[in-house]
Amino acid sequence: MRKYIFEGMIRRPLTEGAPKPGDAATAELARAVEGAARRRLGRSLSIRAVDAGSCNGCELEIHALNNAFYDLERFGLRFVASPRHADVLLVTGPLTRNMREALERTYRATPDPKWVVAVGDCAVDGGAFADSPACVPGGIGAAVPVDLHIRGCPPRPTDLLKGLLALLDAQA
Amino acid sequence: MTMLSEFVAGGRRVAAHRPAPRAVVDAATWHQAAQALGDERATLFGLWGERDAAHLALLDDGTGEIAVLSFACPDRRFPSVGALHPPALRLERAMRDLYGLVAEGAPDTRPWLDHGRWPNSRPEAAAPYDFRPAEGESLHRIPVGPVHAGIIEPGHFRFTAGGETVVRLEERLGYVHKGVENLMADATLERSAQLAGRVSGDSTVAYAIAFARAAEAALGVDAPPRALWLRALMAELERLANHFGDIGAICNDAAFALMHAHTGVLRERVLRAADVAFCHRLMRDGVVPGGVARDLSPEGSVAIRATVGEVRRRFPALIALYDNTASLLDRTVGAGYLRPELARQYGAGGYIGRGSGRDFDARRNLAYAPYDELRFTVPKRGDGDVNARVWIRIREVEQSLDLVDQILARLPQGATRIELPPAAGACEGLGLAEGFRGDVLVWLRLGGDGRIVRCHLRDPSWFQWPLLEAAIEGNIVADFPLCNKSFNCSYSGHDL
Ligand code: SF4
Repeated sequence: MRKYIFEGMIRRPLTEGAPKPGDAATAELARAVEGAARRRLGRSLSIRAVDAGSCNGCELEIHALNNAFYDLERFGLRFVASPRHADVLLVTGPLTRNMREALERTYRATPDPKWVVAVGDCAVDGGAFADSPACVPGGIGAAVPVDLHIRGCPPRPTDLLKGLLALLDAQA
Repeated sequence: MTMLSEFVAGGRRVAAHRPAPRAVVDAATWHQAAQALGDERATLFGLWGERDAAHLALLDDGTGEIAVLSFACPDRRFPSVGALHPPALRLERAMRDLYGLVAEGAPDTRPWLDHGRWPNSRPEAAAPYDFRPAEGESLHRIPVGPVHAGIIEPGHFRFTAGGETVVRLEERLGYVHKGVENLMADATLERSAQLAGRVSGDSTVAYAIAFARAAEAALGVDAPPRALWLRALMAELERLANHFGDIGAICNDAAFALMHAHTGVLRERVLRAADVAFCHRLMRDGVVPGGVARDLSPEGSVAIRATVGEVRRRFPALIALYDNTASLLDRTVGAGYLRPELARQYGAGGYIGRGSGRDFDARRNLAYAPYDELRFTVPKRGDGDVNARVWIRIREVEQSLDLVDQILARLPQGATRIELPPAAGACEGLGLAEGFRGDVLVWLRLGGDGRIVRCHLRDPSWFQWPLLEAAIEGNIVADFPLCNKSFNCSYSGHDL
């Protein structure tokens, strides 16, 4: 193990430069974020991921944000275990009827000010599962107000990063 | 004559079902088959329903022989298989929820996927779920989920603990039920293939292969050789990526984050190579009925070769790190022990079965192309704990690297996709693929118009989730994340 720690000190990091926040995402957020909220939070955001029926593909890419290449925490963004510690809910999946109450309760448990980011085509409008009677029509937005949509099936980690950086920029 | 072929001979053979035989049998044969499962003379491979029939797929582990038996039930009742063979119980509960079929004599009739929230829910599903009691002095219950602390899928776990020790765990799943099979009814093959690839995102390639093979079997065609080899290439990349993710995540749950950081890099490398080679990090929609959607580009094979080389350079040191870190082994050795008898009874696939002595891998036992022409070994252990499941994954990574080398070296030239012929009347097909988690089974019936009449997709997790309840018994509550991660069952694949 010592070898790894030593190597970690001398090797060049794998981490990539930050992508530019997506233009569309920035525009969407500029509308969404209130001035008062901006002042209340510093430049760091706590994120709580909620799976509202995803196929787990979106989760895999959200996970990737923590690896050495994307290293989300360097931007002051981190994942937290409880909605009570969160500023941002990152919601995936088409919103199954069986998850609706759990999502609504998670949303209510998150203190204000808060933002909801719908991640993946499913979360935006139901995606491939849009017509299913087992899902709530209209995706995540049908149950909780969505501030930012990140499309993709699943969105690439860089797309997720762009969206989240836009969120940071909009409140700075 | 084998037992399975006797069952088939005892019924009315369905002509257009390929490649395994299907027969409509009477109650006596159905009962015999259930009894054979209960006596472990055959393995339960699938159990599903439709409007007026129940279907039972049986597997002979040793020979790889498969048979599908059907029980016609216009009155929507069929004799319970679960009454004789517990691994069928949850499947029967799901059949009741989704197709209204009643398993007569079943010891457990609680709703399963139906939480009382669908437009067509059964009234009794809306009642509070009846968790099984656990009684004893100073026991306490811990409800967890459906929303968990990590970035994972939702499900509910009800622990009963005596002090720190888990006395009983009961799972309640179904939260991510999306109605996939329902969406496929009357859908085109193209749309259904996309849905199949979205049943469980981590196994999108395995599902797409199983679905494509079922569709091709039904239509009586074969995908071109190059396509079959490219499918295997994608499947092995998927296995590599997932195993790296799992090995790291298991160690992370034992508070050893260093491994997680390093395997995370390897996983990312594989996904990037997949992206270059097949234009999608998870290779989604790359496998289609009739072949593959995209051929492998020259840059793609360069990227894959480079990744394999990098993994070969870095992985051995990580294995040594795992093997030499006593504090880590202290957590994984002996934790979450799954008895081999249970793995056998449930027909558990993947690293869960192979970590507990069940020597089954669809790539070898069912030897589908191109695996019949490739050299690889299937690791197996008998110690059945978290450590065993880590080692199975490590050994499978090594095998997959070799397989990727062989595939790239011998990739046949030629077409990558064929035009599918129109369906000549109703036809049925069964398809299988060995995903990283175990064997995925897809069964479908096509109508004369080429659309899906009924499609069933069975995730390996159906036969693994119940075993987690057994494996956690006697462990401390704090070791649950570790044990759970070592199983890594799919919620979405199970809930469908
Ligand atoms: S958007 Fe795609 S990857 Fe994400 S949950 Fe939906 S189907 Fe899965």
